[in-house]
Amino acid sequence: MTAERWLNALVLPALGLVALAAHLGDAPFTVTLATRAAIFALAAVGLNVALGMGGLVSLGHAAFFGLGGYAMGILAWHAQTYQPLQIGPLAIAGTTSMPVVWLVAIAASALAAVPIGLLALRTAGVYFIMITLAFGQMFYFFAISWPAYGGEDGLSIYVRNGFPGLNTLVPIQFFGLVFGLLCGACALAAFLRRSPFGLALNAARQSPERVRAAGIEPDRLRLAAFVVSAAITGLAGALFADLNRFVSPAMFSWQLSGEIMVFVILGGVGRLMGPVLGAALFVAMEHVLGGISPYWHVFLGLVLLAVVLFARGGIAALLTGRAHG
Amino acid sequence: MSLLRVEGLTAFYGPAQALFGVDLAVAEGEVVALMGRNGMGKTTTIRAVTGLVPAKGTRRFAGRDLHGKPVHRIARAGIGLVPEGRRLFASLTVRENLFAAARPGPWDAAAVHRLFPRLAERAHQPAGTLSGGEQQMLAIGRALATNPRLLILDEATEGLAPLVRAEIWEAIAALARTGMAILAVDKSLADLCRLADRAVILDRGRDVWTGQPGDLDEATAARLLGV
Repeated sequence: MTAERWLNALVLPALGLVALAAHLGDAPFTVTLATRAAIFALAAVGLNVALGMGGLVSLGHAAFFGLGGYAMGILAWHAQTYQPLQIGPLAIAGTTSMPVVWLVAIAASALAAVPIGLLALRTAGVYFIMITLAFGQMFYFFAISWPAYGGEDGLSIYVRNGFPGLNTLVPIQFFGLVFGLLCGACALAAFLRRSPFGLALNAARQSPERVRAAGIEPDRLRLAAFVVSAAITGLAGALFADLNRFVSPAMFSWQLSGEIMVFVILGGVGRLMGPVLGAALFVAMEHVLGGISPYWHVFLGLVLLAVVLFARGGIAALLTGRAHG
Repeated sequence: MSLLRVEGLTAFYGPAQALFGVDLAVAEGEVVALMGRNGMGKTTTIRAVTGLVPAKGTRRFAGRDLHGKPVHRIARAGIGLVPEGRRLFASLTVRENLFAAARPGPWDAAAVHRLFPRLAERAHQPAGTLSGGEQQMLAIGRALATNPRLLILDEATEGLAPLVRAEIWEAIAALARTGMAILAVDKSLADLCRLADRAVILDRGRDVWTGQPGDLDEATAARLLGV
């Protein structure tokens, strides 16, 4: 087995074990930290589909993270207040059921990603970054100025959404759900990478013209990758809202888009477990260094600088050597 | 009936006209050699046919009009291009290169491996680490994996050692025997003429001679091909 395969096989179980050990050691806060890491990892796994496989540098993924968050927040708020959600003549009851919220979050993010992708993919390079950033900011300012759902103050949700057969307020049970979804997303990413779709996407990053000459339109592949990427990040947003029981426009902010990108770059762009490693390291640093100084981002910046300068391919490359793909 | 029929093909690179009305046809199962000295428009003709450079004129393939169709549609219609200089997806493995653009048909990975057994040995190696000859085999294999009806070879044996070159020519001959229509450009005219049913010679962006390679007299060959 190659070093990369060992890494791929070990990272997720390690995260699971940390949470389990914390649970058995009666440290619920550490379980919550692991949950936070797993949710960030899920968002980053989503971004990595666009960034790592498609070479699409999206600085607007917070738009999807926030959409997922607000999908959860809005549905839960309507359920809490017993007011149906009025869309034209349609009255939809809110819900506190996680599976329903997840589906809505995935659908909303994927739907939003279609027009954003269609427009952004007409450009490349720095213009692609700017367009995705602009869309992210549009969502951010819309959320701030929309009083119906809390505006700038955001929405507080008093009770975490439920999942049939589980008590989601028990940290380890909620972690289990998040962890399961993260494993599923990683499996999907692994499957996509090896599928003709993923291979052609990878090939299109190297030479769109050659891919066209082989009978494949690269822009369609990129759009599909962008939509899948957005859907996974949107799901992470819904879980993040559930973790904090709070949704605010900050979920749409470009800083958050940047953080998701930092997870991917720290861990290793295009590496299957890169986003998970990056998110875990970020949350660990946030906790440990954040306890020492409120200016802990300085240290994060130094680590990021070191990774970019000395370990292209991130921690995954540091641990396993040369990248494939 | 012709599989590919090109009439009055013109193409420009910016203000410079490269093709001045090229006529060209390839029938089902036929091997056509496209010849001419350097810079006479061979590669441009191929790129114009496959949509890689904008061109005017009639281009019909298997009864379909190719005019205005984007590159990937033309490829999907059944034209497999092996471009000059091999141009693989270097970081993908041999197997992944074959798999990335594959479409259903008789040319699956196993069939490509039968034609080029060396590729089977290298299946899990990144394409960028192959030898020149192996890369060329993979480039042909990748085009075959799209299951084309017409294979276009642009300088498929350029820069290869004589033994490897012979191996590639053998494979191309084997392909021709299966009834694959082939349009080929190559510097080794002797090998090309041995295989071709028909030759078309380009001179300054025009087709100036068409016929069986055996009918080409020395004076014409010297004038148009510089041999």
